[in-house]
Amino acid sequence: MLSSFTLGQYYNTTSVIHRLDPRFKLLQLIFIIAFIFVCKNFFALFLMCALVLIAMLLSKVPFRMYLRNLKVILPIVVFTAILNMLYVNQGEVVLFSWWIITVTLDGVLKAAFMVIRILLLILISAVLTYTTTPTELTDAIESLLKPLKFLGLGELVHTLAMMMTISLRFIPTLTDETDKIISAQKARGADLESGNILSKIKALLPILIPLLFSAIRRADDLADAMDCRCYSGGKGRTRMKKLVPGAKDYITTTILIVVFAAVIVVGKVF
Amino acid sequence: MQNIIEINNLTFQYDGDSPNSSAAVEGINLQIEKGSFTVILGHNGSGKSTLAKLLNGLLLPTEGSVSVDGLLTTDEKNIFEIRRKLGMVFQNPDNQIVCTVVEEDVAFGPENLGLEPSEIRKRVDSALETVDMTEYRFAAPDRLSGGQKQRVALAGILAMEPECIVLDEPTAMLDPKGRKEVIETITRLNKEKGITVILITHFMEEAENADRVIVMDSGKITADGSLFDVFSNTGLIVNAGLALPQSVELLSVLKQKGFNVKPGYISPKAAAKEIYRALKGGTL
Ligand SMILES: Nc1ncnc2c1ncn2[C@@H]1O[C@H](COP(=O)(O)OP(=O)(O)OP(=O)(O)O)[C@@H](O)[C@H]1O
Ligand SMILES: [Mg+2]
Repeated sequence: MLSSFTLGQYYNTTSVIHRLDPRFKLLQLIFIIAFIFVCKNFFALFLMCALVLIAMLLSKVPFRMYLRNLKVILPIVVFTAILNMLYVNQGEVVLFSWWIITVTLDGVLKAAFMVIRILLLILISAVLTYTTTPTELTDAIESLLKPLKFLGLGELVHTLAMMMTISLRFIPTLTDETDKIISAQKARGADLESGNILSKIKALLPILIPLLFSAIRRADDLADAMDCRCYSGGKGRTRMKKLVPGAKDYITTTILIVVFAAVIVVGKVF
Repeated sequence: MQNIIEINNLTFQYDGDSPNSSAAVEGINLQIEKGSFTVILGHNGSGKSTLAKLLNGLLLPTEGSVSVDGLLTTDEKNIFEIRRKLGMVFQNPDNQIVCTVVEEDVAFGPENLGLEPSEIRKRVDSALETVDMTEYRFAAPDRLSGGQKQRVALAGILAMEPECIVLDEPTAMLDPKGRKEVIETITRLNKEKGITVILITHFMEEAENADRVIVMDSGKITADGSLFDVFSNTGLIVNAGLALPQSVELLSVLKQKGFNVKPGYISPKAAAKEIYRALKGGTL
């Protein structure tokens, strides 16, 4: 039941995008998202479309994987489109008018603009998650936040990264366990589906409580195991893998800067 | 030969404050030789895990002392050195793997020791090689079988280059195949790398390769000797709440019936040889 749920959605292949330094990838994503938002006209948006499309092609992830992502957000897209069409009713060219509903050309264009924005946002985020393992992302975040150690927050950053790692490690384990508990309770005649909300919540208790107990037990065991392996926080700890940026990272960043500059010029952003 | 572990008059009580509660481990004196293979047997709640946790300072003695390679566990500044020298593998394979990729998990210990990246790389590769898990180095731990997970946990300990490994029922949650993989790996580490092994187990067949067998009952050591000596004394095994291995049971019944056999053989093969000897007066 829950086993179809996997964390992150890494697509295992080798592409330029896969091999980028995850820190660069993460920062590049943040800037691309920002620029998708500052686009003011279709020319600028078209540039961003081209950029996202090239990133998708370079990632070597099949297009149907991306489509699957889009399917999930289809309702939101449709909703946004309709809302924008109805809301914007200035403009001369009236395409359609009935009762209190008026659809103008401006409204349609505005809706299209918003929809493209949302699609780009989803697609470029998918490029990151398809090409980067959760572990790489954790390492990237830890590394990017490293400068915070000058504020005395070094240990906090390490702790957060460790918590993320442990969560990623145990989510599949606990998901499996939840499945087992649900089956066990069902085998004893527990009714989890029918009834009103209150009785549904009540039916969840026999699942949540064993799960909580087991999680605490596991945490206890894991703490012992980590102690046994000389864990004592981030201080004095080294890493086997060092993130080292290469030519690919600098080249992609340069290309991005050029595209961003173009967006600013044609989009008359400032 | 030199001892790696010295235990003197060790007593441990979980709720140390209340004086009338019973001790989980009581009055234990024990020395473990470097390079030896010791098996500790005992029924549920006999204090085996408690003893294991006392060995590397996860628990500290209520009375008495434990030292590893001459370092006392009660001295706080020794604790990391002790834990590096004496690695520990636990029962539940899921609950001792920290990272989401096999090789990164194996690197976890050496990373904590603050070693150079190149040195960590070397140790991780060699540890994975030793437990025969190299082909799974990029795998996610939750996709592995129990036996494979347990070997990854073992690799994580090996990468710290310990002198002694304590395994607390490492095969209890595994299927027969996984059990065999793990026991074979442990035996190989002891024989080929000279690592001292202390194996806590419920499965008496796993004592087959041990130099020494210790039986625990209510926090005390009730038998300590070679495999053959301990299993010859069947009354003692039964008294400790343990079920006799089938071959030992067969041999002891034969002995009662007047056959001239010694019951101390736990592997079916050795037992067969012994019966053959008694019947035919020769070797199989
Ligand atoms: N955390 C704890 N707090 C209080 N008492 C405990 C704790 N852990 C174990 N005990 C008690 O200490 C005694 C010895 O337990 P221990 O876990 O060492 O036995 P064991 O031989 O490892 O058993 P098993 O074969 O079940 O693993 C038992 O009576 C147990 O109830
Ligand atoms: Mg135990």
